[in-house]
Amino acid sequence: MSVADHVPATRRGQVGLLGLAAASWLGAYVLNGQVWNGLLYDVVGLDPSARLTETLHFFVYDSIKIVLLLSGIIFLVTVLRSYMSIERTRALLGGRREGVGNVMAAGLGVVTPFCSCSAVPAFIGFVAAGVPIGVTLSFLIASPMVNEIAIGMLLTLFGWEITAIYILAGLTVAVGAGWVLGRLGVERWVEPFVFETRLGGQLVDPAAGLTFDQRIQMGVEEVGTILRKIWPYLLVGIGLGAVIHGWVPTSFFTTYAGADNATGVLVAVAIGVPLYSNAAGVMPLVQALYDKGLPMGTLLAFMMAVVALSLPEMILLRRVLKPQLLGAYIAVVATGIVVVGYLFNALLA
Amino acid sequence: MRIKVLGPGCTNCVNLERVTRRAVADLGIQATIEKVTDYPTIVGYGVMSTPALVVDEQLVLAGRVPTASAVRELLTARGGTTGASEVRPRARR
Repeated sequence: MSVADHVPATRRGQVGLLGLAAASWLGAYVLNGQVWNGLLYDVVGLDPSARLTETLHFFVYDSIKIVLLLSGIIFLVTVLRSYMSIERTRALLGGRREGVGNVMAAGLGVVTPFCSCSAVPAFIGFVAAGVPIGVTLSFLIASPMVNEIAIGMLLTLFGWEITAIYILAGLTVAVGAGWVLGRLGVERWVEPFVFETRLGGQLVDPAAGLTFDQRIQMGVEEVGTILRKIWPYLLVGIGLGAVIHGWVPTSFFTTYAGADNATGVLVAVAIGVPLYSNAAGVMPLVQALYDKGLPMGTLLAFMMAVVALSLPEMILLRRVLKPQLLGAYIAVVATGIVVVGYLFNALLA
Repeated sequence: MRIKVLGPGCTNCVNLERVTRRAVADLGIQATIEKVTDYPTIVGYGVMSTPALVVDEQLVLAGRVPTASAVRELLTARGGTTGASEVRPRARR
């Protein structure tokens, strides 16, 4: 049974259904806080000032809020992104030189729908089309790091300034790291089979020939797919957030990881790299830590380290990159993230 | 009819294979379904976004998991009507 079977056939029915969905989403979002206030404090009669109650309230309220936000954002992003594809991006990048190419690749990395399991075919396809290695790497770095779902979450939770900083920082790291790696003349550190592979057959552009219904359906299915995949990370993140919110004094973090702590960003990146989650999964934790006074530069560095450098993706990239280039890739990206963290802590202080 | 599901083995590839098997069963056609996980071969079909579907050596779909009914339409368009087999000439759009 697919979503398509339930969608009305007429245009009016479809618009009506979309409107109804948007209205129920908005209603649930607005009522979320009030319902839990009423249920926990008035009906069950818990003491709103007690720590345990506060933690419980934070957990249930935040879980629903984050799931609602994620569903809305994933849906919108998927529908919008269905108009782009890796095939179109490659056509735009073909023949670009380094420099301009790196900037374009990073920008396209943000808007192109991309699953890390496509990293290897995309890498080979780009190289076969004559896209320089450094430009290709800019694309591969920007794609997970500047994530549209993270942009949507940051925008609703922290406002446009921090969102703009996040986008700018991520793009800078992607452009810079790709450019530096390109300058190193890394072609000799790419597995030889990449250069021997010829793109055969006829290209099928996934973005072409879709009806609006299909795009809507893709949006709905993507919400289900992502939520099914990340719910354990979400629960852990929100749980940790709730505990931090209720039990850890503000002075703890400002003392040990405040803006004036010279090693704060380094520690955040060191913790973030081995963690494997996506941007949506770490957002509740980032929010709770921000409320406790952790500086935004440190938190952005943590988030970028979690999403941009993950073991599964490194294992995939190892298929096309020799260990030297993979090592250089990790080092350059990690350095970029650390620099961004310190820079924004200094700027925002 | 020879069908190949192209992809390194991620969730989407597993989903595409399941959807394809259902479509083949729904249509009641004779078809072999093969999984291709080898990267050079995948890219050799011109695929850059996985999962992808190849019918009789023709790439018909890449970069998404469609519904079973959409795959049914793709297979029918490729000559996969009931009872069709490899002896039937390949239908082209």
